[in-house]
Amino acid sequence: MKISYYPGCTLKTKAKNLEDAALASMAALEVDFEELPRWNCCGAVHSLADDDLIHHVAPVRDLIRAMERGSDKVVTLCSMCYNTLARANLLMRDDEVKRKTINDFMDEEKDYHGEVEVVHFLNFLRDEVGWDKLRSKIKVPLEGLKLAPYYGCTLLRPKNVSIEPPGHPKIFREFLEVLGARVIDFAASTLCCGSYQILANPEAAETVAATILEGGINSGAEALVLSCPLCEFNLSKKQGDLLQKNMLSQEVPTYYFTQLLAIALGLGGEVCRFDLNDKISAELLKSKSLPSCDQAILT
Amino acid sequence: MPITISEKTIKSDFIEKVKKLSGQNIHKCFQCGTCGGACPMSGQLATLPRKIMRMAQFGLENEVAESKTFWTCASCHSCSVTCPRGIDLAKVMEALRQLSLRKNVNYVEPSKLPSETVKEMPQIAMVSCFRKMTS
Repeated sequence: MKISYYPGCTLKTKAKNLEDAALASMAALEVDFEELPRWNCCGAVHSLADDDLIHHVAPVRDLIRAMERGSDKVVTLCSMCYNTLARANLLMRDDEVKRKTINDFMDEEKDYHGEVEVVHFLNFLRDEVGWDKLRSKIKVPLEGLKLAPYYGCTLLRPKNVSIEPPGHPKIFREFLEVLGARVIDFAASTLCCGSYQILANPEAAETVAATILEGGINSGAEALVLSCPLCEFNLSKKQGDLLQKNMLSQEVPTYYFTQLLAIALGLGGEVCRFDLNDKISAELLKSKSLPSCDQAILT
Repeated sequence: MPITISEKTIKSDFIEKVKKLSGQNIHKCFQCGTCGGACPMSGQLATLPRKIMRMAQFGLENEVAESKTFWTCASCHSCSVTCPRGIDLAKVMEALRQLSLRKNVNYVEPSKLPSETVKEMPQIAMVSCFRKMTS
């Protein structure tokens, strides 16, 4: 089985902490990933207008790159990339008319029919690595950490690309339990963070972001765990604004799920790029006195 | 303010455009309001999605265009996955955005964004916003 890895734009800049920790973890888990050659931006959102096919071209090109490598699967870390690639893939698999138009348009490319499977890294860890194997590799259980998994929208909606059957998702809970953390479920874990409205209607986005953060801490969580760089921006980077506007009662640490994976695998703080997180996030980890993640986290 | 509805006010071509662009049969909506209950932005909306659907069913093009509802939509699909009639409301909102944008009007003007904003935003925020809010 040949597995391609699709990083996406933001993971190479603002979300290096999401990517670096994941790549180090993949190596530690002896997973043979190869970054897709010549990948391009997926477009971040799936085109919803029925006559707009041109915007499907970008994600389909990425899928063709994976097919050319002979990959069965293309794995993504970013929730938005996952959603965009997975929906473009289903369109090419299921819609004969649109598939033909898109394939004809890209006449320099090989025809694509949805041959590759798009997989989010959480599903890959569960289904290909397996919770039991992952558990056996844990060197630094995240004991004493009370973590609230935050799914957001794009891992779960629409239903045909949900990383779990719609209803009550549990994959994030299972993952964090394997890492040894105490998992706190909270009602707002599947609420939208405001997404791109942070640019167009910032007040509306800030209101929902504050609702999510308050929901997490009021449920007893010490931190939120994320998988999307846009959620991270709205729920972490914007916290200063929320506090200033009295929309939030206290700072809330946030982590990417891959950072916690790397820590639990004993890879130390260096690969986690905590310098890109808020200071309070590194401080919380440090306060738990977990072996191998002391000073390195804050440097 | 009451809205007058008569044969003269119903814009059939608008109804057809919404149906065609969204691929959704907007007439299936029976006004239960589940969409508004699921919408994370409902507290910010003067006109809930249920009302937008009713206006669209009656071809009230101007009334729909005056609403900010579809500009406040984040395409999170909460409404779509909960609609008991199986309507993908996110696609209806996209159709309404597109009907405005295709008049060559931008809702967000990229060139007017402050440089600090551009510097701090992750790429996916800008790419997705420009995809949804510019023509």
